[in-house]
Amino acid sequence: MAIVLAQSSAKAQSRLIDRSGTVSFYSSAPMEDIEATNNSALGIVEIPSGKAAVSILIKGFKFEKALMQEHFNENYMESDKYPKATFSGQIADPSMLAKLGSFQTEIQGQMTLHGVTKDLTMLCQFNVSEKEITVKSTFNLVVADYDIEIPKLVRNNIAKEVEVTANFKFQRND
Amino acid sequence: MTRYIFCLLLLLPSAIWAQEDLLAILDEETEEVETKVEAIFKGTRLINGHTVETRDRNNLDFIISHRFGRLNGGAYEFFGLDQSNVRLGLDYGLTDNINLGIGRSSFEKTFDGYFKYAFVHQTSGKRNVPVSATLLSSISIKTLRQREFEELTFSQKIAYTHQVLIARKFSSAFSMQVMPTLIHFNAIEPTDERNNVFAAGIGGRIKLNKRVSLNAEYYYQFQRKDPLSKNVIAIGFDIETGGHVFQLQLTNAQAMIEKGFLAETTGDFFNGDIHFGFNISRTFQLK
Repeated sequence: MAIVLAQSSAKAQSRLIDRSGTVSFYSSAPMEDIEATNNSALGIVEIPSGKAAVSILIKGFKFEKALMQEHFNENYMESDKYPKATFSGQIADPSMLAKLGSFQTEIQGQMTLHGVTKDLTMLCQFNVSEKEITVKSTFNLVVADYDIEIPKLVRNNIAKEVEVTANFKFQRND
Repeated sequence: MTRYIFCLLLLLPSAIWAQEDLLAILDEETEEVETKVEAIFKGTRLINGHTVETRDRNNLDFIISHRFGRLNGGAYEFFGLDQSNVRLGLDYGLTDNINLGIGRSSFEKTFDGYFKYAFVHQTSGKRNVPVSATLLSSISIKTLRQREFEELTFSQKIAYTHQVLIARKFSSAFSMQVMPTLIHFNAIEPTDERNNVFAAGIGGRIKLNKRVSLNAEYYYQFQRKDPLSKNVIAIGFDIETGGHVFQLQLTNAQAMIEKGFLAETTGDFFNGDIHFGFNISRTFQLK
């Protein structure tokens, strides 16, 4: 009996990991637009519980201009002190993961960025097939919420709110 | 009863496993990568001399440098502000590691050019390289007209500088650099003793906040060209605002290129022969 129980509980949750998710952000300000992309975001989703998490190395964000990348790490994100951004949350309607097809649902959870943790709810577009599950989400982050200071002098160069886009593709390996 | 406990024990590990935080799993999944330590210094100049930093490929840096007269000139000289030496320079990133630069100093109407190659990068993570190292080779040509009877040939107006800059960022707030240096003058004055100058410099920065750092730089000459020349001392601030870096400094040197400030400084810092100065750099991304 014990063996059966142990097996069933181990089998109950399957975890899919994506090691090369894409997370990018876009800041649009009067003086300039800034865009950066990270192609090695780690994502995990648990089925059928619908728990999900994302972990990103801040230094993995690539900018078009080298100096922007340096300032991003040194002055704004302080990536030596806070090397990662993480999110962990729960898919609002995990039962949908069992079916094939695409659907939209919210993920509610907590985002930790620059050492500050905030509640965050994002609307996600899921696409479930037999081979893989893809997740796409676009949401806005208020820079000041995460204690990231923008000096007055560059107010016209950096937006107060940045648009974040995340793309993950989870291969089903069984 | 024993059977029941046995069942529970078997269940326990999987129950713990199920409780495990997904983020902890991702932590284990995170591959350790080799990360280049960025921004050991804010600018490509520490104060007078270069830092290990190079501009990235296709970046063009326009640097305007000023050194005013001596502070001990007093109120009559407006504490040195009546006189000013200027150097205008352009630094270009041929690759991320190779920079070329040209400049023109008003001091002795000197042109200079340099080649800078960052050949070691401090890294952390998978592979730990403790320091960054950069080679600097520069040439300068003095074009100030001499009195007729001592007119110099072109080659006699040339001096070369070779430096190896070795730096380490100890923390995000503290970086240090050492700079062994060789300078060769093709021709020297009758009062001078040697054509070659051997020197070693030490310098560093302490960040006071995210955008301001306190810098200091000192070069000691083991072998001097002019026996009366002084070792150069400089202290200053780096103030960063977006694409600009402002550097304000106090130094006993008047020249802004290696052969000048290193080997031909006559001012005595502790006697008040101090020049106020600044460097302003603006970086343009060309493509």
